[in-house]
Amino acid sequence: MRFKYVLNEVLVGLWRNVTMTIAMIITMSVSLTMLGASVLMYMQVDQMKNYYYGEIEVSIFLREDVTDAQRSAINQAIDQSPLVQQKTYESREDAWKKFQVLWADSPDFVKSVGPDSLPESFRVKLKNPEQYQAFADQIKAQQGIQDIVDQRELLEKVFKIFNAIQVMALVVAAFMALAALMLVGNTIQVAAYSKRREVAVMKLVGASNWFIQAPFVLEAVVAGLIGAILGFVFIFVSKVVLLDGRLQALTNVLTPIPDGNVWLMLPLLAGVGAGVSAITAWITLRFYLKV
Amino acid sequence: MIQLENVTKTYPKASRPSLDDVSVGIEKGEFVFFIGPSGSGKSTIIKLLLHEVSPSRGKVVVNSKDVTTMRSWKIPHFRRSIGCVFQDFRLLPNRTAYENVAFALEVIGKTKAVARRVVPEVLELVGLGGKEHRYPHELSGGEQQRVAVARAFVNRPLILLADEPTGNLDPDTSIEIMRLLDRINRTGTTVVMVTHDSNIVNQMRRRVIEIESGRIVRDQARGVYG
Repeated sequence: MRFKYVLNEVLVGLWRNVTMTIAMIITMSVSLTMLGASVLMYMQVDQMKNYYYGEIEVSIFLREDVTDAQRSAINQAIDQSPLVQQKTYESREDAWKKFQVLWADSPDFVKSVGPDSLPESFRVKLKNPEQYQAFADQIKAQQGIQDIVDQRELLEKVFKIFNAIQVMALVVAAFMALAALMLVGNTIQVAAYSKRREVAVMKLVGASNWFIQAPFVLEAVVAGLIGAILGFVFIFVSKVVLLDGRLQALTNVLTPIPDGNVWLMLPLLAGVGAGVSAITAWITLRFYLKV
Repeated sequence: MIQLENVTKTYPKASRPSLDDVSVGIEKGEFVFFIGPSGSGKSTIIKLLLHEVSPSRGKVVVNSKDVTTMRSWKIPHFRRSIGCVFQDFRLLPNRTAYENVAFALEVIGKTKAVARRVVPEVLELVGLGGKEHRYPHELSGGEQQRVAVARAFVNRPLILLADEPTGNLDPDTSIEIMRLLDRINRTGTTVVMVTHDSNIVNQMRRRVIEIESGRIVRDQARGVYG
């Protein structure tokens, strides 16, 4: 009976104040969506770092007028460096072939570029990609080098953008969370006020504190859970429609988001949504119910 | 049963204490009136006994439990041994007489089956047999107070506190309510009643404790209002 009583109180409470309940759920779901997106992005960047840092190379592009002597001197310098794990040489023809494959979709562009437009290069994999600067210092004195390019630098730029987006999502999540919490607090106050007579009688006849508070706290928890489920649906749909659909080209570059990670958001958002609502409600009650 | 030892209660921002070094003992089964003018501190006694407020100084013992040092989570359970009636009845307007009494049982964990057995019994006892399904606004003031008494008594408390229970009632109805409280007292329940209704005090001839400006000025067995 007590369970049924509490459940009934929760449903009646949510319905009595339905516009506020909806506002609470919407802000909660937006906040949790942002939180989920941000966590996913964090996991994604981590995964990409692991993946790309294993793949990245330092490219040493040679000048067009490089001599054979200079080329072999550079080759030797690279071979002697203790920092190098692996080295390949890419001739102009190799570069041209790769280029054709890479831009196979744009034949006009390929036609406009001849094999002579592309420089020859050494592709070097370092034992530790972080030691790029030390390696560059060893090599750059050699004659005939056009440019030394560290792919890591490019990647870091990409990651910086990701980080910025992630921080933005977190800031939005925090602001929305603040609004959501105020709405929770307000809803609980209204609920406590509209049930003040019942609460007074319950206190008088000695109902236990948890019994008085449970319906209010559960009201907030239910709203938090609905908000979390909406937030999850929003993330899931965005992933399917945007990343797997329209922006698929981008997804291929970014390494795919595993479905497991997306599903992981459901318990995370539900936990955060329910937990934070419950704590807010409980604190609000301590001020407004004084049991 | 009830013991106040040198109890002083000063509310925050009050210039003088509501109760000033009050000591009084009440035995099990007694019927006691606290009388005195408004603001004399008699309602503070009820609040102290319910642990709605704590004393500034001194000790309050109820049912051989020291209320002053009681942990706050134990208070709800403690209150189940005390019934309470107020001047303004404090009934839930959207519940019938039956539901009002049953509510008090259900929120302390009694089953509906228990309520179905006990509530009609206690409503019969207070003289509301046949009016179980009326809402408070369909009942007279006296009948509403009977519902409140039924709610206070349905748990068979050891103590019944009544804070001006006849304050909103006409003299005839007041006497009926007093008869009811008297009957409850005869079952062994200690009754503590705060009032300034001189008629009632004079008719009942029970122990009278008079309070003035927070101090006990008279404590008389079988007393009158004076």
